[in-house]
Amino acid sequence: MAKLPKKAELTQYSLGTAPAPWRETKAELRPGMYCYGAKGKNLETVGMPNARDWSPAEEDWKLPEDWREIILAGMAERLEKYRSFRLFMDICVRCGACADKCHFYLGTGDPKNMPVLRAELLRSVYRRYFTKAGRLGKLAGARDLTLDVLKEWWYYFFQCTECRRCSVFCPYGIDQAEITIIGRELLNLVGLNTDWIAGPVANCYMKGNHVGLEPQTILSNIEFMLDDLETITGKRIEPTFNRKGAEILFITPSGDLFAEPGIYTCMGYFMLFEQLGLDYTISTYASEGGNFGFFTSNEMAKRLNAKMYAEAKRLGVKWILGGECGHMWRLVNQYMDTWNGPADFLETPVSPVTGTRFENARSAKMVHIAEFTADLMYHDKLKLDPARNDHLIVTFHDSCNTARGMGLLDEPRYVLKKVCNNFHEMAEDTIREKTLCCGSGSGLNAGENMELRLRAGFPRANAVREVKEKHGVNVLANICALDRASFPPIMDYWVPGTKVMGLHELVGNALVLDGEIERTLDLRTEELPRRDETAGEGGEAQ
Amino acid sequence: MTFFATVIMPYLAFVSFLAGMSYRVWRWASSPVPFRIPTTCGQQESLPFIRADKLENPPDRLHAFLRMLLEVLLFRSLFRGAQAEKRGETLVFGSAKWLWFFALMFHWSMLFILLRHLRFVLQPVPGWLLGLEAADGFLQIGLPVLYITDIFFLTGLTFLFLRRVALPRLRYISLPSDYLAVLLLIAVGLSGLATRFIWRADITGVKEWALSLVTLRPEPLAAASPAFLTHLILVMCLIAYFPWSKLAHAGGVFLSPTRNLANNSRARRHVNPWNYPAPVHSYAEYENDFREKMRKAGLPLESAEKTEGGAESAAGGLK
Repeated sequence: MAKLPKKAELTQYSLGTAPAPWRETKAELRPGMYCYGAKGKNLETVGMPNARDWSPAEEDWKLPEDWREIILAGMAERLEKYRSFRLFMDICVRCGACADKCHFYLGTGDPKNMPVLRAELLRSVYRRYFTKAGRLGKLAGARDLTLDVLKEWWYYFFQCTECRRCSVFCPYGIDQAEITIIGRELLNLVGLNTDWIAGPVANCYMKGNHVGLEPQTILSNIEFMLDDLETITGKRIEPTFNRKGAEILFITPSGDLFAEPGIYTCMGYFMLFEQLGLDYTISTYASEGGNFGFFTSNEMAKRLNAKMYAEAKRLGVKWILGGECGHMWRLVNQYMDTWNGPADFLETPVSPVTGTRFENARSAKMVHIAEFTADLMYHDKLKLDPARNDHLIVTFHDSCNTARGMGLLDEPRYVLKKVCNNFHEMAEDTIREKTLCCGSGSGLNAGENMELRLRAGFPRANAVREVKEKHGVNVLANICALDRASFPPIMDYWVPGTKVMGLHELVGNALVLDGEIERTLDLRTEELPRRDETAGEGGEAQ
Repeated sequence: MTFFATVIMPYLAFVSFLAGMSYRVWRWASSPVPFRIPTTCGQQESLPFIRADKLENPPDRLHAFLRMLLEVLLFRSLFRGAQAEKRGETLVFGSAKWLWFFALMFHWSMLFILLRHLRFVLQPVPGWLLGLEAADGFLQIGLPVLYITDIFFLTGLTFLFLRRVALPRLRYISLPSDYLAVLLLIAVGLSGLATRFIWRADITGVKEWALSLVTLRPEPLAAASPAFLTHLILVMCLIAYFPWSKLAHAGGVFLSPTRNLANNSRARRHVNPWNYPAPVHSYAEYENDFREKMRKAGLPLESAEKTEGGAESAAGGLK
């Protein structure tokens, strides 16, 4: 990774415009702001077109000769397939309500990152080739599809995290995520993916998960976590894998099995399931909750997602429980049943502990772990010692996808308030449906584009800094594997001293297991602060 | 000339409007909605002890309908209006409801003005319309009565125009057609006022003419004043232009899949009409790839030996 620019440099921008009209300026691809091009072998693995090695930094992108015809045919096809696409190409009035809502614009000041303009990059071509007024050219806001325009698309559609914040403020609900999704799909028709997306897609297709963990490695990674848990709690937990006849299949993003701080969240899941005596199993085949296929094309997303239901069927489980992840949950909520359902071989999820029927998941048959845990806590099924988290002053980051593509807002807060005594919300304009993205979602969490990530993460960091100054916040809690992977460097840079923790890491810290040893270590095997003797024991009450 | 302006043009404009809007809406509606993609702006309906925000995150069609009403009648999303400002090295978020306020003012005024114009084609003028006029003109400034909605209409538009011209960001994103639409509307408003206050139109004559048009027994308006003709021609241009321009958003907003759908696709399956089977890497293929490693790791196996696990089509009974 290149040396990081200084903070003073990154904050040298204004939320303005550019001197020249946007249609007359071509995109200047700045290193640090984009990802490497997709390697040929990764596209080949999944049968994507124009597989070859290429570099965005070079002049020649090794496109097929008829690339323009391919893109235009692809547009025509998608205009017929997606009402969202056709409508969003037509009805924007350029009122500008979205302009300053995008974290990429807020962090770069680049006017082409205003959602309205990012959409116009595609709309101008739509007008030229698909509307009558387009013949008027510039006067109608139309322009030819040239190589420069294609490169501009590539640069800016990979400066959008499909977070949908603009869509919340748009009076017609125009969703830049839809436009980016379709824009990237078009780019993929001529082989223009990034390797940070294409690599995980190929891994997930062949090995079952993005990070490419083979079955034996999944087991040994988890073994490592269980060793730590034995040290911390004195209990040996023994989950099962690929076990037929279990009641529940548990699927979480592979980031939770792979690296810090995701593994601490994963340890929290294991403790919870152990304490409940849950009849569950983990699959090494369907070992990915996330879906980088969604950042490639609709078809690719469906192909990767298919493993979940297929594996649930093979193992004969009753329903699926899903871990903490952002885009995974938008897909489970809004796409999975449509793509690969009906899941009529599963049953409406019922919590074996509380008997609660999750009617809201009666068709898709998949429950979010925050829903599951909140229900346990409401029925008082867990013994908790939130004082173990007393040295942590916590704020909560809503993931874009669970907030704006699902509405899972209060379940995690309900859980959080049961396991932490110190919780403070960030500014109202930056949470819940107005949450600001981490800036690395939708497959942008690579190393080579770190400047882009730092810039895009700045608005969120700015809000964290505010609660840090006001309340001394030192933990950014979240329910997203991508947040856990992407935030640590962003926080270190903008708000040093802020730890990034998944919700179930905090649950794991507070959870009192039957027959555990006296807990002196948190899930990171760091010493818990010593209790004030006079404060007494326990402290389950809030 | 008079015949063209007062008979041919109105019919042409009307046909353009009807045909245009029908075509646009049909075109949008003919593309399916493959996925259920509402933008959720509040708490989902999940557990009984967590309060769902059913208007911002509709769990059913009724609430999706109510959400659309809020959007169309009150511009709910614009009301979220916030503004981000960069002050030194920090970003500050503040509320900014101006766009919502003036946009709402303009749109509602236009509706009232449109309704008031019905008096030209309804004989006798119905009571509700008289009531509406009375309410609209309650200020009773001078004679003829000055309608509040006329003032609001022009105030709203003036704001929208000045905003587009004065704010650098707005200027930067604007297309020529953005100015055209707002200027055309302002011209319509001003010329309309002129026919009331400066060069008064012969109301009785206009009504006879308008009635002749709607009853399809068209008579040209012989005594049309230049001011009235100007107003008429501008209105006809607006009506004819409407469906072919960004003004068609008036019809489009109802079809927006991020606003008009319920967020209940985990509870009720949404069907994609063009769903098709796509190749997947099956479990059998996976086990073939990793059989030895899985055996060593003590993982259960479906088959002790390599199987003919050819590429299967997508799971879930799709085939």
